Amino acid sequence: MQPPKTLLDFIPFFLGGIPVTLEITFVAMAVAIPVAVVLALGRMSRHAVLRWPAGFVIEFFRGSSALVQLFWAFYVLPLFGITLPPLLCGVLVLGLNEGSYMSEVVRAGLEAVPKGQREAGVALGLPARYRLFRIILPQALPLMVPPFGNELITMLKFTALVSLVTIQDLSFRASLIGSTLGESGPIFGLTIVVYFVLALILGGGMRLLERWVARRAGRQLAQAAGAGPLARAPSSIPAWAVGAGG
Amino acid sequence: MSGFHWDWGFAWSIVPELLEGVVVTVIATVLGSLLAFALGLVWTFVRIAQLRVITPAVWFLVQFIRGTPLLIQLYFLFYVLPTWGITVSGLATGIIALGLFFSAYTAEIYRAGIEDLPAGQWEAALTLGLPVHRVWLGIILPQAIRAVLPVLGNVVISMFKQTALLSTITVLELLAHGMSIGQMTYRFVEPLTLVGAIYFAVSYLSARAIRSLETKDEIRA
Repeated sequence: MQPPKTLLDFIPFFLGGIPVTLEITFVAMAVAIPVAVVLALGRMSRHAVLRWPAGFVIEFFRGSSALVQLFWAFYVLPLFGITLPPLLCGVLVLGLNEGSYMSEVVRAGLEAVPKGQREAGVALGLPARYRLFRIILPQALPLMVPPFGNELITMLKFTALVSLVTIQDLSFRASLIGSTLGESGPIFGLTIVVYFVLALILGGGMRLLERWVARRAGRQLAQAAGAGPLARAPSSIPAWAVGAGG
Repeated sequence: MSGFHWDWGFAWSIVPELLEGVVVTVIATVLGSLLAFALGLVWTFVRIAQLRVITPAVWFLVQFIRGTPLLIQLYFLFYVLPTWGITVSGLATGIIALGLFFSAYTAEIYRAGIEDLPAGQWEAALTLGLPVHRVWLGIILPQAIRAVLPVLGNVVISMFKQTALLSTITVLELLAHGMSIGQMTYRFVEPLTLVGAIYFAVSYLSARAIRSLETKDEIRA
């Protein structure tokens, strides 16, 4: 007879969820970034034909619960004859949802490029596509890297939802192990810690990327760095207001 | 294609049950928000007070809560609270989890509100010789909280949408009602679409209301 299984026996299976979770995080982010750029450009367009649909998509995805959207894509879309594999379903919903939120970040980045850059492009007779891809975006994207780092961690947390549509990520495996052992507390405690460590690693990676981009982009970013998350503003709260008896 | 059609009669017939779910969703949002507002203020004060050990510990906890998925925190509390001898309903667990999770955000919001106040407010208070607690309660907090009200409003809207997660810990809120109707009738189109529409209607209209409050505030100021 075999001894009863303990949490330790399931650790390898559990850790196997890490690559799945990371894969979904990165693929969904790869969906979210172009979606955010397209939506931001649409939102800023002079033409109502582009502005309205972009606004509609943003409000649609931001307006309701991501979990409801996920369930809708999983349970309802097949009834329309569109059956997506769970992984694609999860990645698309996460990507579109997060992309709608990130479109604000992208818009702020695009608006931070000085107006003269566009005007100079127009004056030089450069076509619109060239202005966007060779002048505006290369200057705007480096500005967006720090906020994108935050969004990547948001996305990591977000991916836990896909465990509810049968994808075997960390959360799914944790639930499975919990119900197999009949005790879920320890495995979920461990899961939280693993997510936190992953968030720290991704955050560290993004800071490296930030520095690399800053070096490549050179001058423009050096100015922006002063207002970045690394520059800590001194607290305005005077010491006397913090002392005992407050 | 599996002969899809939208049945208005069926859609209308399930509205009352969905509204029962809305009531639970709203209760969770309101109580969760109150908890998040209160806890966030506590975290902010612990941070401002710069206590030895306690402040770094609390701040680590806040970062920890922010950096991990709400879904897993829900599961954790749901399974662990009973083993600590705290037996509460799924709804109460959900409210605690929502309050804790969003308190990590409200703490940042309060801090920003307090630090954004002009230095003149502090100087004037000092000049008037007001006791420290009067300065905080009578001058700083009322202004700081008023300034961040729209941001706190957005937190409530995010929480409203996140309450859908409570369906995973047996809470019969809006999404859970929609799913149970779907599983009983094998019709998912109407319930899930209506659930999405209700979430959208409430959060879109609230967001609009907050935005208009914000602009009104600016005009008045």
